[in-house]
Amino acid sequence: MEKFTKIQGVAAPMPLVNIDTDMIIPKVFLKSIQRTGFGKNLFDEMRYNRDGTEIEDFVLNKPQYRSAEILIAGDNFGCGSSREHAPWAIADFGIKCIVSTSFADIFFNNSFKNGILPIVLPQEQVDVLMKDAEKGANARMTVDLEAQEITTSDGEVISFEVDAFKKHCLLNGLDDIGLTMEKADSIKSFEDKAAQERPWV
Amino acid sequence: MSPKTLYDKIWDAHVAHEAEDGTSLLYIDRHLVHEVTSPQAFEGLRMAGRKVHAPEKTIAVPDHNVPTTLDRAKGIENEESRIQVEALDKNAREFGVHYYPVDDIRQGIVHIVGPEQGWTLPGMTVVCGDSHTATHGAFGALAHGIGTSEVEHVLATQTLIQKKSKNMKVEITGKLKPGVTAKDITLAVIGETGTAGGTGYVIEYCGEAIRDLSMEGRMTVCNMAIEGGARAGLIAPDETTFEYVKGRPHAPKGAQWEAALNWWKTLYTDEGAHFDKVITLKGEDIQPVVTWGTSPEDVLPITGVVPAPEDFEGGKVEAARRSIEYMGLTPGQKLTDIEIDTVFIGSCTNGRIEDLRAVAKVVKGKKIKDGMRAMIVPGSGLVRAQAEEEGLAEIFEAAGFEWRLAGCSMCLAMNPDQLAPEERCAATSNRNFEGRQGYKGRTHLVSPAMAAAAALTGKLTDVRELM
Repeated sequence: MEKFTKIQGVAAPMPLVNIDTDMIIPKVFLKSIQRTGFGKNLFDEMRYNRDGTEIEDFVLNKPQYRSAEILIAGDNFGCGSSREHAPWAIADFGIKCIVSTSFADIFFNNSFKNGILPIVLPQEQVDVLMKDAEKGANARMTVDLEAQEITTSDGEVISFEVDAFKKHCLLNGLDDIGLTMEKADSIKSFEDKAAQERPWV
Repeated sequence: MSPKTLYDKIWDAHVAHEAEDGTSLLYIDRHLVHEVTSPQAFEGLRMAGRKVHAPEKTIAVPDHNVPTTLDRAKGIENEESRIQVEALDKNAREFGVHYYPVDDIRQGIVHIVGPEQGWTLPGMTVVCGDSHTATHGAFGALAHGIGTSEVEHVLATQTLIQKKSKNMKVEITGKLKPGVTAKDITLAVIGETGTAGGTGYVIEYCGEAIRDLSMEGRMTVCNMAIEGGARAGLIAPDETTFEYVKGRPHAPKGAQWEAALNWWKTLYTDEGAHFDKVITLKGEDIQPVVTWGTSPEDVLPITGVVPAPEDFEGGKVEAARRSIEYMGLTPGQKLTDIEIDTVFIGSCTNGRIEDLRAVAKVVKGKKIKDGMRAMIVPGSGLVRAQAEEEGLAEIFEAAGFEWRLAGCSMCLAMNPDQLAPEERCAATSNRNFEGRQGYKGRTHLVSPAMAAAAALTGKLTDVRELM
């Protein structure tokens, strides 16, 4: 997994609440058996007309946001299905950090597995960042995971919380499976004990 | 010992390792797999030279892409869909997991097959790369959806890295009124909490109205816990649960059954256990409901009218404006005046035998509205067989319904069953998101009985008027 340490980039505002996984990546694109190549279909139905031309007023089609690396989004981002194709599409597009007042649980977990940092902040602070993002391409924000700080284009610093284990994995680009396999003995002893206590499983 | 919730008990019984900060390795008893979210995970194993840690605890079945028309033995026309199903076929055989292929009568929607075959048992941990894994919580199993990276993690290690969620209690007191079903309960709860209300929680549903539900009804309630944002929904196992499980192909037998039963009977929330959030609804206040918008929280009693954006606050004002426009509705319009083009009955929410019985009860001896497209897609081959044995299929066909083979079908329209732009559907499924059932398609979520009523009248209809 790619490391996430510190990024400085353009933030795109998406104030809509309940942006669901069907919006992020419609199911017609779930038929691939690969992990890559979903970026061009990110937000497909909001982003393109049926004939494939771009919908001009969609935020990521505007010149100032085409290379956004940060998304400032409305409440409950990523609700709906468990499809990891959603974070795959987001990462493939080039977005590395999403800020909202809340995220759906499965999407939140999936993001960390793909080098994306989802940040939860109170409404007032999301409002500040949304306003900053609305300024366009000149408003570059900095997200520093080590320091757990976002710096707006005006220099305002906002701190955020992140789970220590998830932070460690992101900073170092660690693969979960490798880490868990180091605990093979714990898994084995759990299985031995469970086989005694609940043999029907 | 301090009193524990049902969730606390199942969690504690499955922690294989706990770090100082509470990050835990949760052992997984059952891993269900379907064709959409697994190919990249199996490929990951292959690339790393890893095996499936516990193939005997892993169950695979294709459901999302499979055609549900009677001629499906011909194969899958769409190439990508076919490749995805073939990949599951290959992976299941290569890695040696339990497998129900398309032509097996036990094939069906993974969340219907698991319980039906007795794979899902009380007190288990159950995961699947599918958000509606919450369904299995009806058995008092801790069950939730995971992403593909986590699918790979579970395949490789039979564990998940987790932090414990908070406890939430949703109590439905008293009795339901006639015409009100499990679907109405679960939608009413989401209407109350909102789609983010459950974020960070595992919900335990309890109360007389929940106790009175069959296992099918309980599965419907837990299925949509995810739509309320919760990681999982749970219902404590009781005699109804044990009765359902007993004798299923993979349920314990003989002395093991007795041992299992003894443990299962300890799976309830202790008196005085702490819940971080409590919601109480009166069963008798719940009415048959329908969704008007593009979020499952957009729920109203069928007797209501389409709201106006100004009825809401904050970010929901813009979301409601967008929904009303997308759905082609007018604020103030009576819900019962909304005309329907299509009725879809099925899905992991409402594709079980009891759902089909409820439909048959409403449509028996009647005809669906002229020009109505109406399909019934059983949740599994065995549900289909049972419905035929009970004479339900004849009732459906005589009424004008298409009677299909098992699969996810139009719930998410990955197979050919899709809505056309602006086609309006009363659906027993679980999501009314933009484009969910087809590009620009319009979905109203309802119970099976309400869907049946809409098929007859051609409009969203209060099923109580037909009873």
